[in-house]
Amino acid sequence: MSSNVEGDESVSVGYQVTSDHQLARLLQIGIVLEEVVEARAYHHHEELGEDALDEEVRALLSHAAEESADHRERLEAVIDRLEVDSVPFEEIEALVEAQYGQTKPEDFDGVLYDQLCNEETAYKFYDDVIEAIEASDAQFSIDREELVATLSAIREEEAEGVEEVTRIMEDRE
Amino acid sequence: MNTADQYVKAIYLLQEMENGPAATGALADMMEVSPASANEMIGKLESRGLAEHEKYKGVTLTDEGIVRARDALQTYCIIERFLSNVLDVEEFRAEARELEPVIDGMIAERLDTIIDRNSECPDCFDPETDACEYLEVCGAEPETETEVAD
Repeated sequence: MSSNVEGDESVSVGYQVTSDHQLARLLQIGIVLEEVVEARAYHHHEELGEDALDEEVRALLSHAAEESADHRERLEAVIDRLEVDSVPFEEIEALVEAQYGQTKPEDFDGVLYDQLCNEETAYKFYDDVIEAIEASDAQFSIDREELVATLSAIREEEAEGVEEVTRIMEDRE
Repeated sequence: MNTADQYVKAIYLLQEMENGPAATGALADMMEVSPASANEMIGKLESRGLAEHEKYKGVTLTDEGIVRARDALQTYCIIERFLSNVLDVEEFRAEARELEPVIDGMIAERLDTIIDRNSECPDCFDPETDACEYLEVCGAEPETETEVAD
């Protein structure tokens, strides 16, 4: 294991996920991040209104919200199979929703930029978690290959999201 | 948060507690590594201009190191608050330490949008209790209210 002080981009140096509990906690954070994406996309849509958004951006927001809901369900399904206490998803959902109910409308560029940040943050998160799982030789209640495959598929969708938002932003420059 | 950031954060907290340079031994204890590993990392931080080490005295952060440390501490505060107030984790200190290597500033910023954090942050972080002084700890006995209830 090498300590990597040179590369600021390297976050999870030597970090390992060593138990079901730790894994569940990380996935829980992933669920919250997905909740945030979903809530932000929904509220951007609501607050700016149909008229302010063209078809392409409306489709982007709606796709982002659907995809996040799907990712959340996939993460919840993994947590359900781990040997951990259940977690209060509904409470988290209500909390996120309450916070975003208060956000003020942002301008048009802000919406796209926000979506880009959402997708990039999610990609980085899943990338770090996968790395931390791969660095560990712990046995989880769920098959490791299946776990990594699930998270890799989600990460791939986040990468596609980054590309899609970037393309839309570039087209509008 | 990468390893370097965890170290500068630890040095920052030790400097606050000691009101002076952070001793290498204390740093090693806080980071739960050997003194040799701590020394090696101090050398790396020095070469990056984040810290200065004086023999027999200890390590002191540079201005750049302090900025990095405060950012890292803020990220750590967000993780602790998120665990305690959103996920109701009682052992939030221990879990925050476990999670900090994998939660970077960008992810913490997102988590920050759903927690209430004091504008003084990270100055309100108390190194002695390893938590923000304003943090309402879930499951904790409310000191004053217990007496009133009886």
